[in-house]
Amino acid sequence: MRNKIKGKISNDSDAGIITLDEFKKIPGYPEDDDFSRGPIAVIECDQDIPCNPCEEICKYGAIKVGKPITNLPVLNTEKCRGCLKCITICPGLCIFVVYRDYTDKTSLIYIPYEFSPLPEKNTCVDVLNRRGEKICKGFIRKVIKLAGCNKTFVIGMEIPKRFYNTARHFKF
Amino acid sequence: MSDFVIIGAGPAGISAANESARYGVKVTLIDENNLPGGQLFTQTHKFFGSREHRAGVRGFQIGYDLIEEIKKLNVDVLLNTIVYGISADMEVKYITEGNSAKSIIAGNILISTGALEKPVVFKGWTKPGVMGAGAAQTMMNVHRVLPGRKVLMIGSGNVGLIVAYQLKQAGADVVGIIEAMPGIGGYKVHASKVRRIGIPILTSYTIKEAKGSTQVSSAVIVGVDKNLREIPGTEDEVKCDLICIAAGLKPFDELCWLLNLKFKYIGELGGFVPVHNDNLETSMENIYVAGDVAGVEEASTAMEEGRLAGVTVAQKLGYISDSQAGKLKGKIKNRLKYLRLGSFGRKRAEGKKKLTYK
Repeated sequence: MRNKIKGKISNDSDAGIITLDEFKKIPGYPEDDDFSRGPIAVIECDQDIPCNPCEEICKYGAIKVGKPITNLPVLNTEKCRGCLKCITICPGLCIFVVYRDYTDKTSLIYIPYEFSPLPEKNTCVDVLNRRGEKICKGFIRKVIKLAGCNKTFVIGMEIPKRFYNTARHFKF
Repeated sequence: MSDFVIIGAGPAGISAANESARYGVKVTLIDENNLPGGQLFTQTHKFFGSREHRAGVRGFQIGYDLIEEIKKLNVDVLLNTIVYGISADMEVKYITEGNSAKSIIAGNILISTGALEKPVVFKGWTKPGVMGAGAAQTMMNVHRVLPGRKVLMIGSGNVGLIVAYQLKQAGADVVGIIEAMPGIGGYKVHASKVRRIGIPILTSYTIKEAKGSTQVSSAVIVGVDKNLREIPGTEDEVKCDLICIAAGLKPFDELCWLLNLKFKYIGELGGFVPVHNDNLETSMENIYVAGDVAGVEEASTAMEEGRLAGVTVAQKLGYISDSQAGKLKGKIKNRLKYLRLGSFGRKRAEGKKKLTYK
């Protein structure tokens, strides 16, 4: 008898995880070049659920859903400023902001966070991928409570640059 | 005597009360709980949809908003009151908070009693520590009691995925979510957020047994083939003290059965559903259904159906003109159409089509 389930964990598509190849096809996902401009939103939303608060909250007009609201959100990478607002409103918690070129060697990934307690700045953490697997160590650099975020806080974690497309959560 | 008796003050019932009382209808709103709002108060996550459906607002906040609206209108609210029967001549029978049996004659009745959790039966399922995911959610989010420290979730529909996430927020260790079908039932985004926080999802697995002497102390899960038959040799036992069942909801329609209303079995809507027309009137005149009891969907569709029933009754009683009612109903039905779009909504829309009669 064990503390953890040892049964066969489902592969990504059965268990609802989008693979990196599928991501690049989503209209909410930036092209590789777009990441060089600064922090940019990454909208990991690829199902036709009626939903559009991301479009409403973006004051730069960088997200378009239109009608019907089952359309996938389309990111206008020229307009996106990486302001973090969309992270806080998405009911699916599937929007992140990626600052790929934060430093020469590291990226800064902003994620939605609804757990207590909040980590402290500069805490060293285990960084997790979309499957919850530990991929590297990282550091909490930002703990942000935007006005009107309604308890969806934003955490900025600094990670080795090669993980900018896979790092999406942390454990401390 | 009441113009309009509404049984069940969840999102459908409250919306019906608001949308009829505002035109002058004398409404009696009855609920067995000590607070109206139904399941809205257990929902701590942000809702999907559009602005008019309060997208981005947490479920319980929508509950508070709806209650504020009733307070402004003159609605007679009876809480801690259980309706135990309705006679064919529109007498609604109930037990009051003080435990006396009373009744009220209703001009129109809306049954908006919501849904019940479907059980999954397995060896040991009656041990303390096995409960519906909705029950765990209520204990946790409303009563601030953590129902277990190590949890196995059965079912990967939206309820299973969301409650697993909320259990983790509350400090429990969720050892996994198992799903008998080969793929998850709920939204990918819910599965994504649950996976990245470290909760495994195992598809083509079911529960075989709950073990423990006085309460659950472990669970035996087993792999299943595509015909949902157990595959011998794939058993795995895991320590847990809580097993949550999130295997679907069905309409809570006992009162409808007592009235001998016509039913139809619609799998996509949760099981036996009382047949109704597109103004939500059932096979019995002046008796309406709205919300999950009329087919398991979502809070947003429940609110719209409640509004539709409210407008229909207000029109029938002469508080609004036919043309005004037509306009209001048109807008509501349009919003319902939009909520039933997409691969998830389409199935429900088809279910509703099979169900309504002219």
